[in-house]
Amino acid sequence: MRAGNAGDADCYRRLLLQLTPVLRAVARRGLASAGMADTDAEDVVQETLLAIHLKRQSWDEDAPIGPWLRAIARHKMIDTLRRRGRRIDVPLDDFAEVLAGGESEPTMLVADVDRHLECLPAGQRKVVRAVAVDGASIGEAAARLSMTKGAVRVALHRGLAALAAKLNGEGT
Amino acid sequence: MKTGDLIRALAADSEVHAMPPGGALVLALIPGVAIALGLHFAVLGLRPHLFTLLGEPRLLCKLCLTFSLAALSGALVSRIGRPGADIGRMTLLLAIVPALLVAAILAELLAVPAAEWGQRLIGSNAMFCLKTIPFLAAAPLVAALLALRQGAPEHPALAGAAAGLFAGAISAHLYATHCPDDSPLFVAAWYTLAIGIVAAVGAVAGSRCLRW
Repeated sequence: MRAGNAGDADCYRRLLLQLTPVLRAVARRGLASAGMADTDAEDVVQETLLAIHLKRQSWDEDAPIGPWLRAIARHKMIDTLRRRGRRIDVPLDDFAEVLAGGESEPTMLVADVDRHLECLPAGQRKVVRAVAVDGASIGEAAARLSMTKGAVRVALHRGLAALAAKLNGEGT
Repeated sequence: MKTGDLIRALAADSEVHAMPPGGALVLALIPGVAIALGLHFAVLGLRPHLFTLLGEPRLLCKLCLTFSLAALSGALVSRIGRPGADIGRMTLLLAIVPALLVAAILAELLAVPAAEWGQRLIGSNAMFCLKTIPFLAAAPLVAALLALRQGAPEHPALAGAAAGLFAGAISAHLYATHCPDDSPLFVAAWYTLAIGIVAAVGAVAGSRCLRW
Protein backbone atom coordinates (compact mmCIF):
# COMPACT_ATOMS: atom_id res chain seq x y z
CA MET A 1 0.00 0.00 0.00
CA ARG A 2 2.84 2.33 0.83
CA ALA A 3 4.29 1.68 -2.62
CA GLY A 4 0.87 2.28 -4.12
CA ASN A 5 0.59 5.61 -2.33
CA ALA A 6 4.03 6.46 -3.64
CA GLY A 7 2.73 5.87 -7.16
CA ASP A 8 4.00 2.33 -7.92
CA ALA A 9 1.02 1.23 -10.03
CA ASP A 10 2.19 -2.38 -10.51
CA CYS A 11 2.72 -3.01 -6.85
CA TYR A 12 -0.60 -1.37 -6.04
CA ARG A 13 -2.41 -3.52 -8.59
CA ARG A 14 -0.94 -6.71 -7.13
CA LEU A 15 -2.06 -5.62 -3.68
CA LEU A 16 -5.63 -5.02 -4.83
CA LEU A 17 -5.66 -8.36 -6.65
CA GLN A 18 -4.51 -10.13 -3.49
CA LEU A 19 -7.10 -8.35 -1.39
CA THR A 20 -9.99 -9.24 -3.68
CA PRO A 21 -10.49 -12.89 -2.64
CA VAL A 22 -10.42 -11.85 1.01
CA LEU A 23 -12.95 -9.09 0.40
CA ARG A 24 -15.11 -11.51 -1.56
CA ALA A 25 -15.12 -14.03 1.28
CA VAL A 26 -15.99 -11.31 3.77
CA ALA A 27 -18.78 -9.99 1.52
CA ARG A 28 -20.28 -13.47 1.03
CA ARG A 29 -20.22 -14.13 4.73
CA GLY A 30 -21.76 -10.75 5.52
CA LEU A 31 -24.56 -11.17 3.00
CA ALA A 32 -25.25 -14.72 4.10
CA SER A 33 -25.50 -13.77 7.76
CA ALA A 34 -28.00 -11.06 6.78
CA GLY A 35 -29.99 -13.68 4.89
CA MET A 36 -29.33 -12.19 1.46
CA ALA A 37 -28.35 -13.82 -1.80
CA ASP A 38 -24.63 -13.73 -2.46
CA THR A 39 -25.21 -12.59 -6.05
CA ASP A 40 -24.64 -9.12 -4.63
CA ALA A 41 -21.24 -10.09 -3.25
CA GLU A 42 -19.31 -8.93 -6.31
CA ASP A 43 -21.01 -5.53 -6.16
CA VAL A 44 -19.91 -5.18 -2.55
CA VAL A 45 -16.36 -6.21 -3.51
CA GLN A 46 -16.18 -3.66 -6.32
CA GLU A 47 -17.61 -0.92 -4.17
CA THR A 48 -15.16 -1.71 -1.39
CA LEU A 49 -12.23 -1.65 -3.83
CA LEU A 50 -13.37 1.75 -5.12
CA ALA A 51 -13.60 3.05 -1.55
CA ILE A 52 -10.16 1.67 -0.65
CA HIS A 53 -8.76 3.38 -3.71
CA LEU A 54 -10.48 6.76 -3.35
CA LYS A 55 -9.90 6.94 0.40
CA ARG A 56 -6.38 5.52 0.48
CA GLN A 57 -4.98 8.83 1.72
CA SER A 58 -6.96 8.32 4.92
CA TRP A 59 -4.69 5.45 5.92
CA ASP A 60 -1.95 6.62 8.28
CA GLU A 61 1.21 5.05 6.82
CA ASP A 62 2.65 4.48 10.27
CA ALA A 63 -0.41 2.57 11.49
CA PRO A 64 -1.10 -1.11 10.74
CA ILE A 65 -3.24 -1.43 7.63
CA GLY A 66 -5.48 -4.24 8.92
CA PRO A 67 -7.84 -2.16 11.08
CA TRP A 68 -8.14 0.44 8.32
CA LEU A 69 -9.09 -2.17 5.71
CA ARG A 70 -11.52 -3.88 8.06
CA ALA A 71 -13.20 -0.58 8.90
CA ILE A 72 -13.66 0.28 5.22
CA ALA A 73 -14.96 -3.18 4.33
CA ARG A 74 -17.37 -3.11 7.25
CA HIS A 75 -18.58 0.36 6.33
CA LYS A 76 -19.30 -0.68 2.75
CA MET A 77 -20.98 -3.88 3.89
CA ILE A 78 -23.32 -2.02 6.25
CA ASP A 79 -23.99 0.50 3.49
CA THR A 80 -25.00 -2.23 1.10
CA LEU A 81 -27.21 -4.03 3.59
CA ARG A 82 -28.96 -0.79 4.40
CA ARG A 83 -29.61 -0.06 0.74
CA ARG A 84 -30.69 -3.56 -0.16
CA GLY A 85 -32.88 -3.59 2.91
CA ARG A 86 -34.55 -0.43 1.74
CA ARG A 87 -35.08 -1.85 -1.69
CA ILE A 88 -37.04 -4.72 -0.19
CA ASP A 89 -39.37 -2.20 1.42
CA VAL A 90 -40.57 -0.91 -1.96
CA PRO A 91 -44.35 -1.20 -2.11
CA LEU A 92 -45.81 -3.95 -4.26
CA ASP A 93 -47.27 -1.53 -6.83
CA ASP A 94 -43.80 -0.50 -7.93
CA PHE A 95 -42.82 -4.10 -8.44
CA ALA A 96 -45.87 -4.76 -10.56
CA GLU A 97 -44.73 -2.13 -13.02
CA VAL A 98 -41.22 -3.49 -13.25
CA LEU A 99 -42.51 -7.01 -13.70
CA ALA A 100 -44.89 -5.90 -16.41
CA GLY A 101 -41.93 -4.32 -18.21
CA GLY A 102 -40.29 -7.73 -18.14
CA GLU A 103 -36.92 -6.22 -17.31
CA SER A 104 -36.44 -7.29 -13.75
CA GLU A 105 -34.35 -10.34 -14.60
CA PRO A 106 -31.62 -8.75 -16.76
CA THR A 107 -31.16 -5.64 -14.59
CA MET A 108 -30.66 -7.87 -11.60
CA LEU A 109 -27.80 -9.58 -13.39
CA VAL A 110 -25.99 -6.42 -14.45
CA ALA A 111 -23.45 -5.36 -11.85
CA ASP A 112 -24.07 -2.02 -10.16
CA VAL A 113 -20.81 -0.57 -11.42
CA ASP A 114 -21.76 -1.27 -15.04
CA ARG A 115 -25.15 0.29 -14.65
CA HIS A 116 -23.68 3.48 -13.24
CA LEU A 117 -20.88 3.55 -15.78
CA GLU A 118 -23.55 4.15 -18.41
CA CYS A 119 -24.67 7.30 -16.61
CA LEU A 120 -21.23 8.95 -16.58
CA PRO A 121 -20.45 11.83 -18.95
CA ALA A 122 -19.23 10.47 -22.30
CA GLY A 123 -15.62 11.58 -21.86
CA GLN A 124 -15.17 9.90 -18.48
CA ARG A 125 -17.04 6.81 -19.61
CA LYS A 126 -14.82 6.31 -22.66
CA VAL A 127 -11.64 6.71 -20.65
CA VAL A 128 -12.74 4.40 -17.82
CA ARG A 129 -13.84 1.80 -20.32
CA ALA A 130 -10.66 2.02 -22.40
CA VAL A 131 -8.42 1.60 -19.35
CA ALA A 132 -10.53 -0.92 -17.44
CA VAL A 133 -12.19 -3.15 -20.01
CA ASP A 134 -9.79 -2.80 -22.95
CA GLY A 135 -6.72 -2.73 -20.73
CA ALA A 136 -5.20 0.34 -22.37
CA SER A 137 -2.42 2.21 -20.57
CA ILE A 138 -2.84 5.92 -19.93
CA GLY A 139 -0.68 6.60 -23.01
CA GLU A 140 -2.64 4.24 -25.27
CA ALA A 141 -5.97 5.61 -24.10
CA ALA A 142 -4.71 9.14 -24.77
CA ALA A 143 -3.66 8.24 -28.31
CA ARG A 144 -6.89 6.38 -29.04
CA LEU A 145 -9.18 9.11 -27.77
CA SER A 146 -6.86 11.89 -29.06
CA MET A 147 -6.56 13.46 -25.62
CA THR A 148 -3.47 14.49 -23.69
CA LYS A 149 -2.20 12.10 -21.02
CA GLY A 150 -3.03 14.62 -18.36
CA ALA A 151 -6.62 14.90 -19.58
CA VAL A 152 -6.95 11.10 -19.56
CA ARG A 153 -5.66 10.96 -16.00
CA VAL A 154 -8.10 13.61 -14.87
CA ALA A 155 -11.05 12.00 -16.67
CA LEU A 156 -10.16 8.59 -15.21
CA HIS A 157 -9.94 9.93 -11.69
CA ARG A 158 -13.15 11.96 -11.99
CA GLY A 159 -14.91 9.00 -13.59
CA LEU A 160 -13.95 6.68 -10.72
CA ALA A 161 -14.94 9.24 -8.10
CA ALA A 162 -18.28 9.79 -9.87
CA LEU A 163 -18.88 6.04 -10.00
CA ALA A 164 -18.34 5.75 -6.26
CA ALA A 165 -20.64 8.71 -5.63
CA LYS A 166 -23.38 7.19 -7.76
CA LEU A 167 -23.06 3.83 -6.02
CA ASN A 168 -23.37 5.68 -2.75
CA GLY A 169 -26.35 7.83 -3.63
CA GLU A 170 -28.32 4.88 -4.94
CA GLY A 171 -31.52 4.18 -3.09
CA THR A 172 -31.60 7.46 -1.18
CA MET B 1 -17.26 -4.75 -15.56
CA LYS B 2 -15.18 -7.53 -14.11
CA THR B 3 -13.46 -6.93 -10.81
CA GLY B 4 -10.08 -7.43 -12.47
CA ASP B 5 -10.95 -4.68 -14.97
CA LEU B 6 -11.89 -2.34 -12.17
CA ILE B 7 -8.59 -3.02 -10.42
CA ARG B 8 -6.73 -2.21 -13.63
CA ALA B 9 -8.48 1.15 -13.77
CA LEU B 10 -7.74 1.82 -10.08
CA ALA B 11 -4.06 0.99 -10.52
CA ALA B 12 -3.86 3.29 -13.56
CA ASP B 13 -5.29 6.03 -11.38
CA SER B 14 -2.72 5.57 -8.60
CA GLU B 15 -0.74 8.66 -9.60
CA VAL B 16 -3.47 11.09 -8.61
CA HIS B 17 -3.11 11.96 -4.97
CA ALA B 18 -5.41 13.50 -2.46
CA MET B 19 -4.21 15.16 0.72
CA PRO B 20 -4.06 13.10 3.92
CA PRO B 21 -6.77 14.19 6.40
CA GLY B 22 -4.47 16.16 8.72
CA GLY B 23 -2.97 18.21 5.89
CA ALA B 24 -6.38 18.79 4.35
CA LEU B 25 -7.69 20.08 7.67
CA VAL B 26 -4.84 22.56 8.09
CA LEU B 27 -5.17 23.74 4.50
CA ALA B 28 -8.94 24.23 4.79
CA LEU B 29 -8.68 25.98 8.16
CA ILE B 30 -6.37 28.73 6.91
CA PRO B 31 -9.09 30.50 4.88
CA GLY B 32 -11.81 29.35 7.29
CA VAL B 33 -10.17 30.88 10.36
CA ALA B 34 -9.05 33.93 8.35
CA ILE B 35 -12.69 34.66 7.47
CA ALA B 36 -13.77 34.20 11.10
CA LEU B 37 -10.95 36.51 12.28
CA GLY B 38 -11.87 39.09 9.64
CA LEU B 39 -15.51 39.06 10.69
CA HIS B 40 -14.49 39.21 14.33
CA PHE B 41 -12.46 42.37 13.88
CA ALA B 42 -14.85 43.93 11.36
CA VAL B 43 -18.07 43.34 13.31
CA LEU B 44 -17.06 42.88 16.97
CA GLY B 45 -13.56 43.95 17.78
CA LEU B 46 -11.67 43.26 21.02
CA ARG B 47 -13.22 44.46 24.25
CA PRO B 48 -11.69 47.61 25.71
CA HIS B 49 -8.66 47.11 27.97
CA LEU B 50 -8.46 43.39 27.06
CA PHE B 51 -4.74 43.19 27.65
CA THR B 52 -4.76 44.95 31.02
CA LEU B 53 -7.56 42.61 32.11
CA LEU B 54 -5.63 39.46 31.15
CA GLY B 55 -4.57 38.91 34.75
CA GLU B 56 -8.20 38.63 35.81
CA PRO B 57 -8.81 34.96 36.73
CA ARG B 58 -12.33 34.72 35.26
CA LEU B 59 -11.30 36.07 31.86
CA LEU B 60 -8.20 33.90 31.83
CA CYS B 61 -10.29 30.86 32.72
CA LYS B 62 -12.73 31.62 29.90
CA LEU B 63 -9.93 31.95 27.34
CA CYS B 64 -8.20 28.77 28.56
CA LEU B 65 -11.42 26.74 28.45
CA THR B 66 -12.30 27.75 24.90
CA PHE B 67 -8.72 27.31 23.74
CA SER B 68 -8.33 23.83 25.20
CA LEU B 69 -11.70 22.82 23.74
CA ALA B 70 -10.59 24.04 20.30
CA ALA B 71 -7.21 22.27 20.53
CA LEU B 72 -8.60 18.94 21.76
CA SER B 73 -11.57 18.85 19.39
CA GLY B 74 -9.22 19.83 16.54
CA ALA B 75 -7.06 16.81 17.32
CA LEU B 76 -10.22 14.68 17.33
CA VAL B 77 -11.37 16.03 13.94
CA SER B 78 -7.96 15.31 12.40
CA ARG B 79 -8.30 11.66 13.43
CA ILE B 80 -12.00 11.03 12.93
CA GLY B 81 -11.57 10.85 9.14
CA ARG B 82 -9.27 7.85 9.44
CA PRO B 83 -11.13 4.51 9.48
CA GLY B 84 -9.94 2.18 12.21
CA ALA B 85 -8.18 4.97 14.14
CA ASP B 86 -8.60 4.89 17.89
CA ILE B 87 -10.68 7.95 18.74
CA GLY B 88 -11.81 6.69 22.14
CA ARG B 89 -8.76 8.12 23.88
CA MET B 90 -9.21 11.49 22.17
CA THR B 91 -12.83 11.64 23.27
CA LEU B 92 -11.78 10.84 26.82
CA LEU B 93 -9.17 13.63 26.73
CA LEU B 94 -11.89 15.97 25.53
CA ALA B 95 -13.78 15.32 28.78
CA ILE B 96 -11.09 17.38 30.53
CA VAL B 97 -12.83 20.54 29.31
CA PRO B 98 -16.23 19.97 30.97
CA ALA B 99 -14.38 18.80 34.10
CA LEU B 100 -12.46 22.09 34.20
CA LEU B 101 -15.68 23.97 33.61
CA VAL B 102 -17.37 22.25 36.55
CA ALA B 103 -14.39 23.15 38.76
CA ALA B 104 -14.64 26.78 37.63
CA ILE B 105 -18.37 26.85 38.37
CA LEU B 106 -17.79 25.52 41.89
CA ALA B 107 -15.09 28.12 42.50
CA GLU B 108 -17.42 30.85 41.28
CA LEU B 109 -20.29 29.66 43.47
CA LEU B 110 -17.97 29.79 46.49
CA ALA B 111 -16.58 33.22 45.61
CA VAL B 112 -19.86 34.97 44.83
CA PRO B 113 -22.80 35.40 47.26
CA ALA B 114 -25.89 33.42 46.30
CA ALA B 115 -27.92 36.56 45.70
CA GLU B 116 -25.70 37.43 42.72
CA TRP B 117 -25.73 34.00 41.08
CA GLY B 118 -28.76 34.72 38.91
CA GLN B 119 -27.40 37.99 37.62
CA ARG B 120 -24.00 36.38 36.81
CA LEU B 121 -25.74 33.58 34.98
CA ILE B 122 -27.86 35.82 32.77
CA GLY B 123 -25.05 38.30 32.19
CA SER B 124 -25.55 41.33 30.00
CA ASN B 125 -25.65 39.97 26.47
CA ALA B 126 -26.74 36.34 26.43
CA MET B 127 -28.74 36.56 23.21
CA PHE B 128 -25.89 38.31 21.43
CA CYS B 129 -23.56 35.49 22.50
CA LEU B 130 -26.00 32.89 21.20
CA LYS B 131 -26.13 34.57 17.80
CA THR B 132 -22.50 35.56 17.44
CA ILE B 133 -20.80 32.24 18.18
CA PRO B 134 -22.68 30.35 15.42
CA PHE B 135 -22.15 33.33 13.10
CA LEU B 136 -18.36 33.29 13.55
CA ALA B 137 -18.32 29.47 13.44
CA ALA B 138 -19.82 29.21 9.96
CA ALA B 139 -16.58 29.53 7.97
CA PRO B 140 -14.50 27.20 10.17
CA LEU B 141 -17.36 24.66 10.09
CA VAL B 142 -17.47 24.64 6.30
CA ALA B 143 -13.67 24.31 6.25
CA ALA B 144 -13.66 21.37 8.68
CA LEU B 145 -16.45 19.58 6.79
CA LEU B 146 -14.65 20.05 3.45
CA ALA B 147 -11.48 18.63 4.97
CA LEU B 148 -13.38 15.63 6.40
CA ARG B 149 -14.74 14.87 2.95
CA GLN B 150 -11.14 14.00 1.97
CA GLY B 151 -11.11 11.43 4.71
CA ALA B 152 -13.45 8.53 5.35
CA PRO B 153 -15.39 9.11 8.59
CA GLU B 154 -17.07 5.89 9.70
CA HIS B 155 -19.98 7.75 11.33
CA PRO B 156 -20.80 10.80 9.21
CA ALA B 157 -23.16 12.47 11.69
CA LEU B 158 -20.72 12.00 14.57
CA ALA B 159 -17.84 13.35 12.49
CA GLY B 160 -20.00 16.33 11.51
CA ALA B 161 -20.79 16.97 15.17
CA ALA B 162 -17.07 16.87 16.00
CA ALA B 163 -16.43 19.37 13.21
CA GLY B 164 -19.19 21.57 14.66
CA LEU B 165 -17.72 21.31 18.15
CA PHE B 166 -14.33 22.31 16.78
CA ALA B 167 -15.71 25.24 14.76
CA GLY B 168 -17.84 26.34 17.70
CA ALA B 169 -14.81 26.26 20.00
CA ILE B 170 -12.68 28.34 17.60
CA SER B 171 -15.51 30.83 17.33
CA ALA B 172 -16.09 30.89 21.09
CA HIS B 173 -12.41 31.56 21.68
CA LEU B 174 -12.55 34.55 19.34
CA TYR B 175 -15.80 35.77 20.82
CA ALA B 176 -14.35 35.45 24.33
CA THR B 177 -11.95 38.31 23.53
CA HIS B 178 -14.97 40.55 22.87
CA CYS B 179 -17.58 39.36 25.36
CA PRO B 180 -17.70 41.33 28.65
CA ASP B 181 -19.33 38.49 30.62
CA ASP B 182 -16.57 36.51 32.27
CA SER B 183 -18.39 34.52 34.95
CA PRO B 184 -18.02 30.73 34.57
CA LEU B 185 -21.78 30.59 35.19
CA PHE B 186 -22.38 32.61 32.04
CA VAL B 187 -19.83 30.59 30.05
CA ALA B 188 -21.34 27.29 31.17
CA ALA B 189 -24.85 28.31 30.15
CA TRP B 190 -24.55 30.38 27.01
CA TYR B 191 -21.23 29.39 25.45
CA THR B 192 -22.16 25.74 25.88
CA LEU B 193 -25.56 26.28 24.31
CA ALA B 194 -24.08 28.26 21.39
CA ILE B 195 -21.39 25.65 20.72
CA GLY B 196 -24.06 22.96 21.01
CA ILE B 197 -26.05 24.66 18.26
CA VAL B 198 -23.01 24.65 15.97
CA ALA B 199 -22.35 20.98 16.78
CA ALA B 200 -25.97 20.09 15.97
CA VAL B 201 -25.75 21.93 12.64
CA GLY B 202 -22.48 20.06 11.98
CA ALA B 203 -24.13 16.72 12.75
CA VAL B 204 -26.99 17.36 10.32
CA ALA B 205 -24.62 18.62 7.62
CA GLY B 206 -22.26 15.71 8.25
CA SER B 207 -24.96 13.08 7.91
CA ARG B 208 -25.64 14.49 4.45
CA CYS B 209 -22.28 15.51 3.02
CA LEU B 210 -19.80 13.17 4.73
CA ARG B 211 -21.18 9.88 3.42
CA TRP B 212 -18.88 7.85 1.22
